[in-house]
Amino acid sequence: MRTGTAKVKPTKKAVRESISMGMLAIPGIALLILFNYVPMFGIVIAFKDFKPLKGIWGSAWCGLDNFEFFFTSADAVRTIRNTMCYNIAWLFIGTIASVGLALMFYSVKNRRALKTYNTIILMPKFLSTVILAFLAEIFLNYRFGYINQILNNCGLNPVDWYMKAGAWPFILTIVKVWATVGVGSMIYYACLMSLDEGLLEAAKLDGANKVQQIWHVMIPHLIPVIIIQNILNIGHLFNGDFGLFYQVPQNIGALYPTTDIINTYTFRALQEGNLARSAAVGLAQSAAGFVTVLVTNRIVKKVSPENSLF
Amino acid sequence: MKKRKKLGQYILNAVFIAIVFAYLMPVITLISCSLTDETTLLQNGYNLVPSKFSLEAYTLALRRPMQMIRAYGVTIFFTAASTLLSTLVVALLAYPLSRPNFIWKRQLNFLVYFTMLFSGGMVPMYLLITNVLHINNTIMVYILPGLVSAYNVMIVRTCYRGIPDELIESAKIDGAKELYICFKIVIPLSKASIASVAFLFMVEKWNDWMTSTLYIRDQNLYSLQYLVQRLLREVNMLKNYAGAGVLTAGETIPAETLRFAMALIAAGPVLVIFPFFQKYFTKGMTLGGVKG
Repeated sequence: MRTGTAKVKPTKKAVRESISMGMLAIPGIALLILFNYVPMFGIVIAFKDFKPLKGIWGSAWCGLDNFEFFFTSADAVRTIRNTMCYNIAWLFIGTIASVGLALMFYSVKNRRALKTYNTIILMPKFLSTVILAFLAEIFLNYRFGYINQILNNCGLNPVDWYMKAGAWPFILTIVKVWATVGVGSMIYYACLMSLDEGLLEAAKLDGANKVQQIWHVMIPHLIPVIIIQNILNIGHLFNGDFGLFYQVPQNIGALYPTTDIINTYTFRALQEGNLARSAAVGLAQSAAGFVTVLVTNRIVKKVSPENSLF
Repeated sequence: MKKRKKLGQYILNAVFIAIVFAYLMPVITLISCSLTDETTLLQNGYNLVPSKFSLEAYTLALRRPMQMIRAYGVTIFFTAASTLLSTLVVALLAYPLSRPNFIWKRQLNFLVYFTMLFSGGMVPMYLLITNVLHINNTIMVYILPGLVSAYNVMIVRTCYRGIPDELIESAKIDGAKELYICFKIVIPLSKASIASVAFLFMVEKWNDWMTSTLYIRDQNLYSLQYLVQRLLREVNMLKNYAGAGVLTAGETIPAETLRFAMALIAAGPVLVIFPFFQKYFTKGMTLGGVKG
């Protein structure tokens, strides 16, 4: 009980109203408890030498063995490095591409053309990663793909892209930008729409050219949104885009050095039946994610309270 | 000055046309390669224009269409069912959260928020589904988990809060009960936002392949995307699908063009209808103003 403020006892009417409102929430609460809270108890499996026949509670405790197994393996360095590096790189590249596209959208005068461009660039959002992976293969296929067709025409040897791990940071970046820049630009475009046209007119009267208008009027207008978006994204530093990393490189072992992230690792471990190890890595990832989201949210709260999550 | 402005617009539109081409090119390739015949494709590689038109791949793909039809049926069913349920549950759960006179607001808020911060992860969920609920290998596994997305609850709640207080207060003075206010005032006024959230949820469900990968062994319950993923990746699966019993002696499977036909059969409907839903989509994407 807090001191200082006397807790006001809710009136009978307030309780009655709250009960009838609470009834509305019951299905949602039940589902949240069942599918979000009950599994949280399942994380004890991460500390067990899990044997399917004995079940979670019957299996012997093994302390931090499952964590040790992962963190002392080469996989740990690889997956953590890949997850973080891609996320950080894509933060910058994604922001630049999205802001650039939003500025371009803003400058198009013809409404019809604008709408057409916008619709087409948003298309990938509606495609599953399965189809996305196949579209990537149209370019990368060894025998028939576009890139090797071009290499052939130039008299160069074709490259087996699905065996060449070194190329994948670039390939994945291109696919990621292609697939998400449309959605990413929308928030910045919406923000530009709220820009006071008078400011632009004033800049024009002062003789600012297009580049100066962008640099001195539009970009400063976008900066708060850019900062918030990126801080919020840093919160997901340890959480990779699973679908993209699992589907587009087609789960090919030779590509793991540059395409294996924490999410794909835990998924594979689960599929191979190493439930306890997978759970340990998943728990470590969840815990790290919890901390980063809290920290970044605190920062957002300082910078711009209305954008913080809580 | 005017001329320069016009020139600028020309350049801008030219750049956009190049970008748009980068988006349409893979899709055009998808269509044209599915409409050519295997030998041409093997000779020329993938191409933007089919140099020889042929429906070979489609006739083969649709000769025994049952598996594809079933995957479509399964996917349509669970997408519709889960979108309906999720929208209903989320719209209701958001209501007490949006009302200042709900006395357990803090507790309920925390219950919803915490799921955004921390989750047990994939393995505990796997154990719950396979060992406790035993809904793996049933259609329910597509529907039940993930019905309540905390993020969507917050978006809908923010929309409810945007409704002017005076409206609700005056209804109360007229004697309206909370349930009446929820169903007759707040939800109808938030229809557009709820529709956007529902639409985004639906797209995600339609494109689900992971649930089948983890939980479904029965081929009759494969989701569309998972079936197509396996057909695209596994030559044997493709041969099985097209081959067994229908190929006459000496006939080979046009594996490459068939893959294109399969990909288009899976992606086609979405590609055709998405421009019509873009309005909801755009709204949904910019609704993000989430706050606790």
